[in-house]
Amino acid sequence: MEGYLYYPGCTLKTKASDYEKSAMAVMEALGKPLVEMDDWYCCGAVQSLTTDDLMHQIAPVRTMCCAQEQGETELVTLCDMCYNVLKQANLRMREKPQDLETLNEFLDEDPDYRGEVEVFHLFEILRKMGREISKKTVKPLDGLRISPYYGCMLLRPTEIAMDDTENPKVMEELLEVLGAQVIDNPKRTECCGSYHTVNRSDIVEKRVKAIVARAVDDGADAIALSCPLCQFNLDYHQRSAGYDIPVLYLTELMALAFGLEVGMEKHWIDPKKMLKEKKILE
Amino acid sequence: MKVKPDPAFLEKVEELSGQSVNACIRCGTCSAGCPFVDEMEVLPERVFKKIVLGDREGILKGNTMWICAACFTCSVRCPRDIDIARIMEAVRQIMLRENIDMVDITKIENMEILPQLAVVGCFRKETG
Repeated sequence: MEGYLYYPGCTLKTKASDYEKSAMAVMEALGKPLVEMDDWYCCGAVQSLTTDDLMHQIAPVRTMCCAQEQGETELVTLCDMCYNVLKQANLRMREKPQDLETLNEFLDEDPDYRGEVEVFHLFEILRKMGREISKKTVKPLDGLRISPYYGCMLLRPTEIAMDDTENPKVMEELLEVLGAQVIDNPKRTECCGSYHTVNRSDIVEKRVKAIVARAVDDGADAIALSCPLCQFNLDYHQRSAGYDIPVLYLTELMALAFGLEVGMEKHWIDPKKMLKEKKILE
Repeated sequence: MKVKPDPAFLEKVEELSGQSVNACIRCGTCSAGCPFVDEMEVLPERVFKKIVLGDREGILKGNTMWICAACFTCSVRCPRDIDIARIMEAVRQIMLRENIDMVDITKIENMEILPQLAVVGCFRKETG
């Protein structure tokens, strides 16, 4: 395959379409297009952690099986939660062959999954393309102060971490290539409150306030991230604390630096005003 | 209050989590790093003590396992290599398997603005 086989998951086609569009555009520009899988299933969003709960491993395993049947050994996710679920399910299938055997027997109408697909997050791919990204950066993000936010699902548990669990650097590296100034946030790996946003938004508001306050106090113009749930929580819930700092997908910033068309249509806090003030947008 | 020990509870938690609860030395690293600890009625390391004592009621009455969002911060920092998120999941599952749901779909406000993965995740963690 010329580019990478891509697994969207449940949110990228709708609430997080800004992320999908910008990621597809930058990968196209880099000559490694994301090619959506022929068939896929919702991963379940959170990994099921009990020893006897194999039922909830079915969806991620079936998706990896679809990648296998398309003849691919590499599968790329954009969503942090999909990354985490697929990666943990895959690890379990490799470490516990008896679980894989049980699932393959249960899914008797599907081909057997062999556990050979490697799951990657987009940032892992981008990290290896620094030179190409630098070449494509025709409108560097000069003067833009960006605070990266990682959250949980790229970094924990350790067995599936795509960077150092306590001191990740991948977003910092990418932002520097794009010409942005990185604003360190010591709370960048702390949980945003996750799915509590459904029925305990009070918890999320407190978490988001603590995280966003550090970015704002240290002079950031925007927060960059990749998880659609963190994006919603940080973007939507910071308003209750009176903040208005834009929360962008890192790929939106990359698309801007590449001089590509960027929609930024689904943000609660519109980033365009700040980007115009900073002369990134005209 | 006198605890009525339920040794089967410890056994069940260890079976579901695949973790040794007895390995906990109650150092409190999990509580110190937990971003949700302010919301918890019982601190995580005290939950382990209660599991070891078989204080099933004391744990199930508290909210610790429902506040835990499985962010794995404690799991990566535990000096005894206990995957604490799995122990919380085991306690959640014990309750959910008794048909106690923690979220009611008819009472969710703002459903139309929530991203799908939040709703799917919440239902996975809070319904049986």
